[in-house]
Amino acid sequence: MKAGKEVRAGEVVTVSPDYYLSHDNSAAIIGEFKKFGLPRVKSPEKIVIVLDHIVPAADEKYAQNHKTIREFVAAQGIPNFFDIQHGVCHQVFSEAGFALPGKLIVGSDSHTTTYGAFGALAVGIGRTETASVWATDEIWLRVPETLRIEFTGKLAPGVYAKDVVLKIIGDHGADRANYEAVEFAGPAAGDFSLASRMTLANMAAEMGAKNAYIEPDEEVLMWLQGRARADAAIVRSDPDASYEAILKYDLSALEPQAACPHTVDNVKPVREIEGQPFHQALIGTCTNGRLEDLEVAAAILKGKKIHPGVRALVLPASREIYLEAMRKGLLEILSEAGCVILNPGCGPCLGAHQGLLAAGEVVVSTSNRNFRGRMGSRDSEIYLVSPATAAASALEGRITDPRKYR
Amino acid sequence: MSKGRVWKYGDDVNTDVIFPGRYTYQPLEPAEMAKHALEDLDPEFARKVKPGDVIVAGKNFGCGSSREQAAACLRVAGVRAVVAKSFARIYFRNAINLGLAVLQCVEAAEALETGDEVEIDFAAGRILSAKRVFKFFPLPESVLGIIEAGGLIEYTKKKLASKKSPS
Repeated sequence: MKAGKEVRAGEVVTVSPDYYLSHDNSAAIIGEFKKFGLPRVKSPEKIVIVLDHIVPAADEKYAQNHKTIREFVAAQGIPNFFDIQHGVCHQVFSEAGFALPGKLIVGSDSHTTTYGAFGALAVGIGRTETASVWATDEIWLRVPETLRIEFTGKLAPGVYAKDVVLKIIGDHGADRANYEAVEFAGPAAGDFSLASRMTLANMAAEMGAKNAYIEPDEEVLMWLQGRARADAAIVRSDPDASYEAILKYDLSALEPQAACPHTVDNVKPVREIEGQPFHQALIGTCTNGRLEDLEVAAAILKGKKIHPGVRALVLPASREIYLEAMRKGLLEILSEAGCVILNPGCGPCLGAHQGLLAAGEVVVSTSNRNFRGRMGSRDSEIYLVSPATAAASALEGRITDPRKYR
Repeated sequence: MSKGRVWKYGDDVNTDVIFPGRYTYQPLEPAEMAKHALEDLDPEFARKVKPGDVIVAGKNFGCGSSREQAAACLRVAGVRAVVAKSFARIYFRNAINLGLAVLQCVEAAEALETGDEVEIDFAAGRILSAKRVFKFFPLPESVLGIIEAGGLIEYTKKKLASKKSPS
């Protein structure tokens, strides 16, 4: 549609995106942009910058990065700048009404795929090309093949979208959808809440996907009311669309899953690793830091204390979620249980600050990557799980199947 | 046309072994970056690679982080092209945007071995070796233009300049 003509998979087209997202890496992008010798970015209103990766700045180097970005934003008149108080870029970008059906969004972050939950075409790109998009308002994209994943059935209590997507990645490998669009569909796709759809679309990046797509429905349109920055036009799959493959999943048959160290496709049922000791639980991030995630964790931890042998970090994905969780008493429940409530942001997920791991330590995390050394020492380990599994495990001090708490 | 020797590796060569994370957040000069190319996969590589050499690998080359240095370090080390069964998406884009040719060719990736001499005809989509000629789907002209310009920054500079000048 954006190409102004009908295109086929494999074609390379040059297009003008609707919005371009970047975060703390905007400082590096500014460095690249300066090489063009241009006085101004081409379309400042399309640039969305959210500071989230290391907020507040953990040291002088990061503080300088943030300062460089703020000065550039002011000098260029970039209207959509979200400073450190707002939260994780993907949540903030969505709440601020940029993630809209039918929009073409590029972001210099691999989890830009998240906006597929709104029916947007949203793809991750590198820093150099973000600088080039700032300069030209154009980017080349290869039209992807599409992998369709169809859901039927109904999730059992204690099983969540995160378990579903981990199961898919475990079954088919971390490169199954490399360079492809992943469409989540089927009669049960619409049963996932918007927050859960964002979890699915977010994790599509861990299958290698270029973008994710879930057909927007009434729930999405309702949520966007009062938020949307522009008109949206729903783009639907053609009824006779051709797919590279169709995978089918019966949700009723699924159980809680964990991605074990050190790859996201090393997936096992939580049942098989129950009882394993760990040191820290992390509930939050762009994958699982939304209100429903905090509600699930609070329901398990209400009136209880986490095991004294472990620590737990809670990281709401945005200030909006933080405030809502505060009003609902969720933060009080979680804090009473012994969790450390961190400010909205990426926190320790990418290994820069706020609760990193020492050698020999193990974290049970609701985030999206468990590569060796990602959250601290090269000799630490990361298990990726749902918020329910993280909360149940924090309670027992051992990796725990959360179904007994439902 | 480009001529060089093959360095052969396996599947899933990830960005951490191509350019280790311990150097990722240090601003390094190109020559310094080249010294660490493939450091955790083949410690001999950086010392012995010659301009024009070609890396041949299996599936999912460049998986993992989006760090651009993993493409840049190979280019500044002199690598002319990476031929693989498949590439991780962001690596594929980063490579092109930094001026490193990435060619998908399953047959060549299987047949070629370390030390083979190859010639690559980018426009025609052919890899010539003593063993045989391998065909690959040539990159579209617009993408080849980026590689030929030495990367996206140079390409965009030219594009901006041509838009400014009266035609």
